[in-house]
Amino acid sequence: MKRVVKIVINQTLKTKNKSNVKKTPMTKSNWVEKIPSNLWVLISLVVAIVIWTILSIIPNTSRSFPNIFYVSESVVTMMQRGVFWSDIASSLISVLVGFLIGFVISLPVAVLMAWYRPIRFIIEPWIQFVRNIPPLAYVPLVVISAGVGRTPQIIVITIATFLTMSITIYQGVRNIDPTLIKAARVLGAKDKDIFLKVIAPASLPFIMTAIRLGTAIGLTSLIAAESTGASAGLGMRIRALNNTFEASPMLLYIIVIGVIGLIFERLVKLLERRLTGWQEKRE
Amino acid sequence: MAGEERVVKLKIDNVRKVYNSQNGEVIALNGVSLDIYENEFITVVGPSGCGKSTLLNIIAGLEKTTSGKVFCDDQEIMDTGTERGVVFQQYALFPWLTVLGNVKFGLSLQGMKKEKADEIAMKYIRMVDLEDFVNSYPKELSGGMKQRVAIARAYAANPSVLLMDEPFGALDAQTRTQLQEELLHTWEKEQKTCFFITHDVDEAIILGQRVIIMSARPGRIKEVVDINIPYPRSQETKITPEFLEAKNYIWSQVYKEYLEVRK
Repeated sequence: MKRVVKIVINQTLKTKNKSNVKKTPMTKSNWVEKIPSNLWVLISLVVAIVIWTILSIIPNTSRSFPNIFYVSESVVTMMQRGVFWSDIASSLISVLVGFLIGFVISLPVAVLMAWYRPIRFIIEPWIQFVRNIPPLAYVPLVVISAGVGRTPQIIVITIATFLTMSITIYQGVRNIDPTLIKAARVLGAKDKDIFLKVIAPASLPFIMTAIRLGTAIGLTSLIAAESTGASAGLGMRIRALNNTFEASPMLLYIIVIGVIGLIFERLVKLLERRLTGWQEKRE
Repeated sequence: MAGEERVVKLKIDNVRKVYNSQNGEVIALNGVSLDIYENEFITVVGPSGCGKSTLLNIIAGLEKTTSGKVFCDDQEIMDTGTERGVVFQQYALFPWLTVLGNVKFGLSLQGMKKEKADEIAMKYIRMVDLEDFVNSYPKELSGGMKQRVAIARAYAANPSVLLMDEPFGALDAQTRTQLQEELLHTWEKEQKTCFFITHDVDEAIILGQRVIIMSARPGRIKEVVDINIPYPRSQETKITPEFLEAKNYIWSQVYKEYLEVRK
């Protein structure tokens, strides 16, 4: 009898424990979910500004992190100098043109690498090899041949984006489920149909990933690209401001690069949702 | 059924298939010969590695024989052809196409006009009871529904031979029995020559007119068992003495092969 009672008690304890364990994360996630995601963005922003302000007060860091008001003010300063918009425009042109050329080249190269093994064996190791070299390292070589100005900037960004995008797309094409190709073949698809109606749509998610990576790489190699004696541009301006120790506009420009990156990512995501919403896994 | 009247649809003539792997040659099929008659429902059982999928791929034209030939309507099979439809275990639906898009994929390839293709596709979508999901994408469907779409897609291309490679293998028992019954219904309505691979002995007997038992290493036909249970068959058929007798016999034969493989 005693034993039975004990067991019963034990079990009730166990179930109690279990329900307790279950409840805690539930209540936790509840208050997290109660706050709308837009508000979370705002909260995150406020936290960042608070930390920024603290950094601007601490003597050791204040020179690198000028007060938010100084930084905001420097928008006006840079506009008065007549460089703010032209810098943004110049950088955008370099990144977008470089990215587009890189994309246009990487697409056929990736498909050829996936399709023909000799091409893959010859090209892939070099793409992997060069991909690990920071663009800043080969900028001088580009300048020697291409001179200064817009051309070397675009060349540097094209190289950097091409390397990443071609590998990403190629790996995607290689990973296409072979049964999809078989299924198309038994339904009467010829090589051309398989390429246009199976390989192309099945690669789309990887192409979108490549675009996302490509725009990000394009932006991160901007500083390197604009160290080619550019006359305008966000990266070039940051280096120039460095020479005059103007921290406020420098920080402003760094933030502007970040914001442009954010906008790129949003645009790509929008495109992704429209084009590849059929995908099994999303985010 | 008098043997003389029956037309041979598929003729498998002394097929041998050897793969070259790093550990040397692997004989997947050896000396496989079989005549499959028009509108016959053939099921194939055997341990994994007995080459049953290889045989199906060869009939489909997706793989070539090392030696030996396969004929469909007295024509040697050299490549895939729309008269031979395939249903794969992994569904193999195109995830970027809707149910309708998937079912009419083959029809569009044949250059059929959109209205006509839609009409035929809809007929088969209705056949598999998915008219409410015409515009859904595969990711929105359950496994059983996906396989229904795959079956509709194979039917819509109007093949005279239907090759099925463990089509219900990935489904839960309930869905599987349901799809078996549906498949039988369809086959009774629109007769086609069916070549159905399974590792489920019950499934092989309930569907097939003849069950082919294959043995492994190298894959060859061990025995052909006639199932003389009249159609229409249903789940109740599974408790009839004829069914149980066939099941006991086939199971013991297959089990011997499993033991053989494990050695």
